[in-house]
Amino acid sequence: MNIDFSTSIPIYLQIIEEFKRQIATGALKPGDKVPSQRELAAQLKVNANTVQRAYREMEILGLVETLRGQGTFIRQVQEIVEETRSEMLTDLVDDFVRSMQALGLSREKTLELVGVRFQELQSGKEVEEK
Amino acid sequence: MRASEQALVVRDLRKRYPKVEALKGVSIALPKGEIWGLLGPNGSGKSTLLKCVAGLLQPDGGEIEVLGLPPSREAKAEIAFVPEVDTLYRWMTVRQVLDFTAAFYQDWQEETAGELLEFMRLDPEAKVSSLSKGMRARLKLILALARTAPLILLDEPFSGIDPSSRDRIVEGIIRQFKGEEQTMIISTHAVGDTEQLFDAVVFLDEGTINLQGNAEDLRTRWGKSINDLFKEVFA
Repeated sequence: MNIDFSTSIPIYLQIIEEFKRQIATGALKPGDKVPSQRELAAQLKVNANTVQRAYREMEILGLVETLRGQGTFIRQVQEIVEETRSEMLTDLVDDFVRSMQALGLSREKTLELVGVRFQELQSGKEVEEK
Repeated sequence: MRASEQALVVRDLRKRYPKVEALKGVSIALPKGEIWGLLGPNGSGKSTLLKCVAGLLQPDGGEIEVLGLPPSREAKAEIAFVPEVDTLYRWMTVRQVLDFTAAFYQDWQEETAGELLEFMRLDPEAKVSSLSKGMRARLKLILALARTAPLILLDEPFSGIDPSSRDRIVEGIIRQFKGEEQTMIISTHAVGDTEQLFDAVVFLDEGTINLQGNAEDLRTRWGKSINDLFKEVFA
């Protein structure tokens, strides 16, 4: 796990977001054991109390569960996976739409371009950059 | 159980040097188990504050309580202070520095010292005079972390060292920090890549605190990283 902590978002929230992202992409699956709080703190070079707060929140959110004497595990909660996926997709599309708007592209032109690129990428064709 | 849940309480601390008022009434209270960042530019009073807490300087006013104890020999034994100035004897080897330090402190943990030596990638046979500034900073940190002292004070441990030494020191602190039983203050004038280390921060400016609080709360409240807040306050 690697997180850039230079941003203004509280660090415990960034840790939770990273877990959500890894769950949504399938990098972390239900039943997977996650690092101990101490180990993750050392790995991320983050204050142990911050990691503790992230884990506590994740338990409340139902993302993970801690089994006494065994460790902390990803929970099998399909709706959280779907919710996170849909959040991520919305964010990605929003970023894209804003970028296109900033370049002055219309809705029609944008969709047309998406269609073209979709076709080209699917057929594995390399397209040179302008 | 100890009498106090606060590791350190400082009330209205004042210190004047012949030409400058270094501390103009500083008050802080550190709960046990936290790592605090004491942040401010050079000359803001950080070292003076740490030295007063460590019992190396006599304040002109105010109160200090370490684990509920007033300044005393007993209180001093609870503190591991690492000054910014290099106090290592340059003719010693790394091993000799550790043995020499171990002889001074009853709470010295030989096994921890050995683990830290390995983690910091220090050669025990190397002479202090042959070590880079970053390597000497790593060695100085071992001298504090190999003790079980409940209050650890590190004065500018990241000053003027290479990024890889800084990362090792940050990780070493996180690995060795003993949760509830320890409390740490780290002073620095360059927040940079160390802000994720702190539970709480204190901004010290010309002997006065102008901002303090839990680091995550400050990020939420101001919508900025501690580093950006620091740059803004001390611009």
